[in-house]
Amino acid sequence: MTTAAIRVANLGKRYELGRALDPSRTIREALTEGARGALRALRGQRRAPTEFWALRDVSFEVARGEAMGIIGGNGAGKSTLLKLLSRITTPSTGRIEIRGRVGSLLEVGTGFHPDLTGRENVFLNGAILGMRRSEIARKFDEIVAFAEVDRFIDTPVKRYSSGMYLRLAFSVAAHLEPEVLLVDEVLAVGDAAFQKKCLGKMGDVTGEGRTVLFVSHNTDAVQRLCAHSVLLQSGRLTAAGDSSDVVRKYLSLGLRTSEPGEWVDVTQLPRRGSGQARVASVLYSSGNDLTGGHPYSLGPLEFILEVVSDSARTLSSLAVVIRDQGGTNLVNADIATHGHVIQLEAGRNAVRVRIAALYLNPGQYTVDLWLGDGTGAGFDHVESAFPLMVLDPRPAGTGAITVVAGAVPCRITASVEPFAEYRSALTVASS
Amino acid sequence: MTLVAEPASLAEQAGVDPNWPELVTIEPPRGWTTLGLRELWEYRELLYFLTWRDIKVRYKQTALGAAWAIIQPLSTMIVFSLFFGRLARIPSDGVPYPLFSFAALVPWTFFANGLTQSANSVVLSQNLITKIYFPRLAVPIATVLAGAVDFVLAFVVLVGLMLFYSTPLTLHALWVIPFSLLALVTALGVGFWLAALNVQYRDVRYAVPFLVQLWLFATPIAYPSSLLSEPWRTVYGLNPMVGVVEGFRWALLGTATAPGAMVLVSTVAALVVAIGGALYFRRMEQTFADVV
Repeated sequence: MTTAAIRVANLGKRYELGRALDPSRTIREALTEGARGALRALRGQRRAPTEFWALRDVSFEVARGEAMGIIGGNGAGKSTLLKLLSRITTPSTGRIEIRGRVGSLLEVGTGFHPDLTGRENVFLNGAILGMRRSEIARKFDEIVAFAEVDRFIDTPVKRYSSGMYLRLAFSVAAHLEPEVLLVDEVLAVGDAAFQKKCLGKMGDVTGEGRTVLFVSHNTDAVQRLCAHSVLLQSGRLTAAGDSSDVVRKYLSLGLRTSEPGEWVDVTQLPRRGSGQARVASVLYSSGNDLTGGHPYSLGPLEFILEVVSDSARTLSSLAVVIRDQGGTNLVNADIATHGHVIQLEAGRNAVRVRIAALYLNPGQYTVDLWLGDGTGAGFDHVESAFPLMVLDPRPAGTGAITVVAGAVPCRITASVEPFAEYRSALTVASS
Repeated sequence: MTLVAEPASLAEQAGVDPNWPELVTIEPPRGWTTLGLRELWEYRELLYFLTWRDIKVRYKQTALGAAWAIIQPLSTMIVFSLFFGRLARIPSDGVPYPLFSFAALVPWTFFANGLTQSANSVVLSQNLITKIYFPRLAVPIATVLAGAVDFVLAFVVLVGLMLFYSTPLTLHALWVIPFSLLALVTALGVGFWLAALNVQYRDVRYAVPFLVQLWLFATPIAYPSSLLSEPWRTVYGLNPMVGVVEGFRWALLGTATAPGAMVLVSTVAALVVAIGGALYFRRMEQTFADVV
């Protein structure tokens, strides 16, 4: 018998486009629309499909005390799912069962009235979030202390700085102590310290045996906070399971697809440089069938660049640059660092670049391409040519969640040695 | 977490831990629903805070403040007394005309303001409605209830006016309590209808001032309902505010005509409007967050 806190079965949400979504509908428009529909029916014309399923046939369960990530691109249905779970809107099909009070960090500050004082807003907002008056009174000092607004608690919040306002609002929400907490990445408001506070609070909450649903684009945070995740694509649940697997699948959906062993056409991408020599397409592979040719940590990686040159020329700099998602240049595989030069023929050339061991942790990266003559002026520079996914080489099924510690991996060994062998050396060092 | 086609119902899984919090089931709406009074009761503190907020912010940053609660009916009374009382010499059931019209204007102002503000209440609360779940009926109810403070202030002025005209205040005056409740129910009922309609059709915004104006003249405020003969006077009670206004005059000013049958008609009419309005509101609220 499982102890599920949330159970979602065949959940669907349908919107009628152009109708329910239009807020400024007047009676006259409703009438003309109705008349037009009748006319069309008379003529035997079928109405264009105006239905839109924001969510369809979604089923999953979340165990009590578990944090689950909800991953998906824009418009995948993440927000709709949260709206249904928090009962803001009603489902079109299916069923949700939830045990306990649902709170969310998506409504930070909702219901705050600018003319009311901080104290008054704490009570009002607390009541809106579903707290009892006695509960708010009991936690009042704690809420104010957490928000660090003690001195201004009897000042109307419209006189607050935006930071104070946000802190007070978050503090109220954070003290709600619901059994089920919904967190949207919208919490990415505020500065880094504030975001950290939010994520920290989330960790506390799961520690207390509460259930958390965490919606984010930040796959790193999802993997850190949630053991399990579901992936939504166009309103459907397409993957569920260990967060690392789901994140991997999500990342593999990247904007431009770049599968190993297939030529990636880069001719249409924005670029800089004189254009005397250009990269037309790229093929890459780790050569390892177990990873489907995908590169993996500490494994080999080979690129084949199709370079088109206007004449025979010498290339003294050719680089494949790998950046992380934050744009940091992590690997610069440039022939210039080894003093190589490449003689290009007029027309098409194939250049092979081989990285013997890739010192990158599993994750999503971006590849830049660079051709130059070594004088600084480049022939061709393509930024973000294609995404590159680095896999975890450890066999699947060990149950370990990827622990990403450092920025890059390293090969290590560790062993226990007889201490006596080192004693003298240590004594010398410390004297 | 497991992905299952049809997981066992959480209700069936109960019994694992008797201290488990209450199970909430969310399903697609199926047509007409109940009034949801039980849930509304559970959220009574929210209702209290919303009302309290509306009262608090009502006259914030106004120079005259709560005086507005009195100025509105008082100035209408003066205009009515001049034009209808003095010039048109409209009968006033043997009561001084200013007192006669003011006794009607006090509940009327409560009704008219409650109606106007509740009609816009849901649209104005859209940031709440699109972000948090709570019984939506709390919004128009809180708005109407917040008007009670204005009503009490105006009522105090009415008592002052009675003293001025040496009208005795007797225990009989306690009858205004049920008549005030009748005004409240009427304001809520019409407010439910208009608030829900306003979400879908913003025409309501333009129709409301017009509606209030027409309703003012369809209610015996500037004139007595005794101008009508029976049975028409009782039929007139189909406008619930007729029962309220005549009830106020009867309770406070002792106008001879006890409005028994008329009040009964008014009460039934008000309840029909209120329950119908609440049901309509409940049906429409399922799409509020998508439409508003």
